[in-house]
Parts: sequence; C-alpha cells; structure tokens
Amino acid sequence: MATKPSATPAAAALTKEEILRYSRHLIMPEVGMEGQLKLKQAKVLLVGTGGLGAPLGLYLAAAGVGRLGLVDFDIVDFTNLQRQILFSSSDVGRPKLAAAADRLKGLNPEIRIDLHETRLTSANALDLLREYDIVVDGTDNFPTRYLVNDACLLLGKPNVYGSIFRFDGQITVFGYPGGPCYRCLYPEPPPPGLVPSCAEGGVLGVLPGIVGAIQAAETIKLILGAGDPLVGRLLLFDALQMRFRELKLRRNPECPLCGDHRTITALIDYAQFCGVRGEEAPSSAGAVPEITPRDLKTRLDRGDSLFILDVREPHEYQICNLGGHLIPLGELSRRVSELDSSREIVAHCRSGKRSAEAVEFLRGAGFRKIWNLKGGILAWSDEVDPSVPKY
Amino acid sequence: MAVKVIIPTPLRPYASKQESVELQAGTVGEALRALTAKFQELRKHLYAEDGRLRSFVNVYVNDEDIRFLKREETAVRTGDIISIIPSIAGGAARSSR
Repeated sequence: MATKPSATPAAAALTKEEILRYSRHLIMPEVGMEGQLKLKQAKVLLVGTGGLGAPLGLYLAAAGVGRLGLVDFDIVDFTNLQRQILFSSSDVGRPKLAAAADRLKGLNPEIRIDLHETRLTSANALDLLREYDIVVDGTDNFPTRYLVNDACLLLGKPNVYGSIFRFDGQITVFGYPGGPCYRCLYPEPPPPGLVPSCAEGGVLGVLPGIVGAIQAAETIKLILGAGDPLVGRLLLFDALQMRFRELKLRRNPECPLCGDHRTITALIDYAQFCGVRGEEAPSSAGAVPEITPRDLKTRLDRGDSLFILDVREPHEYQICNLGGHLIPLGELSRRVSELDSSREIVAHCRSGKRSAEAVEFLRGAGFRKIWNLKGGILAWSDEVDPSVPKY
Repeated sequence: MAVKVIIPTPLRPYASKQESVELQAGTVGEALRALTAKFQELRKHLYAEDGRLRSFVNVYVNDEDIRFLKREETAVRTGDIISIIPSIAGGAARSSR
C-alpha cells in the first residue's frame, strides 16, 4: 500500500561511493546531504566547451551535478591548450565534445553527460535548453550570447553569464526571477569589427579559469539555493590590476525582452541582429581592394617597389613579420604622415581584418594605390612561406 | 571637479594605452567630451554618428549606470569614478583560423 514517500527516494539517494566522493561537501551544513542530493538531481547545460567551459565542466562534474549537457561542435587545436584545461596535447584534432566527455567521465563516472554536437541556433535552442534547469553561457560570440539570453528568458531559466577579453572578465546571473537580462545590460551588440574577438585581441590563459570557476560557484549556489546569487550585480575582474569591482545592474523597464512592453516574444535571426559577425569575420567582403599573397610574392620577386604597411601591434611584429613598416591600426590616423600616397602600398595584419579597416581609412584619406593583403600574414604562411609561424 | 575615468582594456589602444585618466568635469557628458578631445580616436568607439552614446557601451558613475540616473547630464563630484564598460563576448575563443 502506498504511503507517504520517504524523505529520500531511492533514485535520489547517495551510494556509499558517492558519500565518500562528496564527503567534503557533506560535512558542510550549507551543502550537507540535502544539498548534495540537489546537485545530483540538477540538470545544467554548458554552452561552449572552450576557455570558460573547461573549468566549468571540471568543477560541475567534480561537484556531482547529476546531469551535465555540453554544446559545442569544434575540434581541439593547438592554440586551445594555453587555456582550455579540459584537453591534452593528445586531444588535438579530436572533437571537443568527445575529448571533454572522456575527461569528465574519468573525473566523475557517477554523473550523466549529454553531448550536443551542434551549433546552437534559433531553430534548436528552445528544445535543447528546455531539458535543463540552469544554462551556463561560455560562448565566444555576440549572436550566440543574445540567443542564449533570449531562449533562457522565454523558458524562464537562469543564465550564468561570463565573458572574457585579454585580462578582463565580466560575470553575472541573468534570467533570475525579477532580475535583469543581457539585453537590459546591452540592448544591442557592437557592429561587426569594432570590438576585437579573443582570437584577435588575445586572452590571458588563466583568465577563463578564474571567470569560469566563478560561474561554476554561482551555478552551484543556484542549485543549492545558498548565499546571495550574483543577480543585479555585474562583477568585473581585472587580472592585470588584480582587482574585482561590482556595478549595479537593473532590469530595464524598456527592455524589449523582459521590460514592461515586450516586443520580443520568440527567437529571432541573431546573425542578422548582430550584423553577421560570426566568430571571426573575413576581411570586410570586397569593400576594399585586395591582393593575394601569391600575387604579392610575384610582384616582389619581379622587383616592384611596394611599400608594405603592417598595422598589427609591436608584440605581434616580434612573433613574425614581412619586414613591413609598422603602424598599429590604433595609431594610423595620427601617423598617416609617415606614408607616401604616391607609392603603391600593401597593408597587412594577422588575418586581413584590421588591415581592411586601415585600407578603408587610408582610401578615405585620399590614398588610391593601396591594397589589403588577403588573409593577412596567416595566408602568407599558408600560400607563400610556411616558415612564417602562425599564431 | 576632478574625476577619474577608467578606460576598459579594449579601448586602451585608442587612449595611449592608459588605464585611467583624471579630468575636470561637472557632468558625465563633460567628462566624456574632455576624454574624446584628448583622445580623438576614442570618439567613434563611444559615440554613434548621430552623437549619441553607443548602445553597447555603458557608462557608470561609481557603481550606478547613468541610464538610470540623468544619463550624460548626471552630475559628478570630485573623487567620483566614471567607468566605461563595453560589451565583450569572449569565452570559448575558437581556434585562431
């Protein structure tokens, strides 16, 4: 005969092995058996298995979050290893999800890991997120960040947000009942090209470790219902000054998603919303005259007098260069007098994006014989001189 | 009034790589105008072509968002810290290619 359910149904009880594994949690009253069972029953989705996803995955798996979903479709490469501590050198070339699953299952075989090897899109986001209690945003681009935000708001799920650039991190919790969302903080993304990505601007390897670990702590607190969640507060971290600051973050009554007069009630086209930036946009599509690395090589070999303008930063010049004249993009407008508009100029950077901006600027300043090196020094390494290192 | 404006990392290349600048200003708008007069390349990163602050750049006086105060008319006092907080997206940082 059915009686009242016991306080700990069998499915939600801890095994002897789990009690040993989680003993340092269990002996804290803030977690205890009750909290550890909450962790075991929790379902968390990590969007992105990169710099932030690595510490997140490791700590949430170690903490015993019962079901961990991972969304990514990338392959591990050598440039990931400086910060993505989920992966080993031997994982290079493997899908990130396969490598992550092996590592996390090795760390904690007691938990369930769901692999979603796909790009998160407006078409699949709601179905994918619906399965989980909490979503953690560890993505690397604006379209996906707005997509994750909007999907979380529409589904009523908290979104543990973290983002990084060079030495700076921003962390908060969006989508908490009554709290603000990402659109309250930033109604619109920057236009493509104005804010550099990590691939262009770099990132201190340990920074995603710190920011991801803070996201993991907030996720665990949300599951436990313990402490003060990072809601309505934007935590800023500056690793260079080694300083944390906190800013107030409010729900914007005019927010189109969570404000008083909502105009967004379904997912939209985020590529269009963000100006089709993608993770790394190619040089601004045909807007400026280009020269291919092979054509440049042919002309240099022929002895043509071309002026090579390198618009990267001095520390990038030290990694590799084509012997060009160095004027970082940020200094171009006040150092334009160093250039001779009667000469033929080829501008280059790492991938061709910054130099496209430089060419556009210089054309506006009256330079007519100027080309952008298509694909930058990376393409030069691929197509002309493999001895030039890629970075 | 002597106020400090903190320049965020992504904008430092356009501000002689400085982390912060001390300026004389009575309002946030005056401080930002003084800043962009000093570093002209910052202007297009802070202001749209119509002269309004860009919507992906937030400005705070101490810990308060000026959108919830008097925006650029917000008064500042000696010792106040104005922070420019741009939108950053990094996280997974896809492979460099």
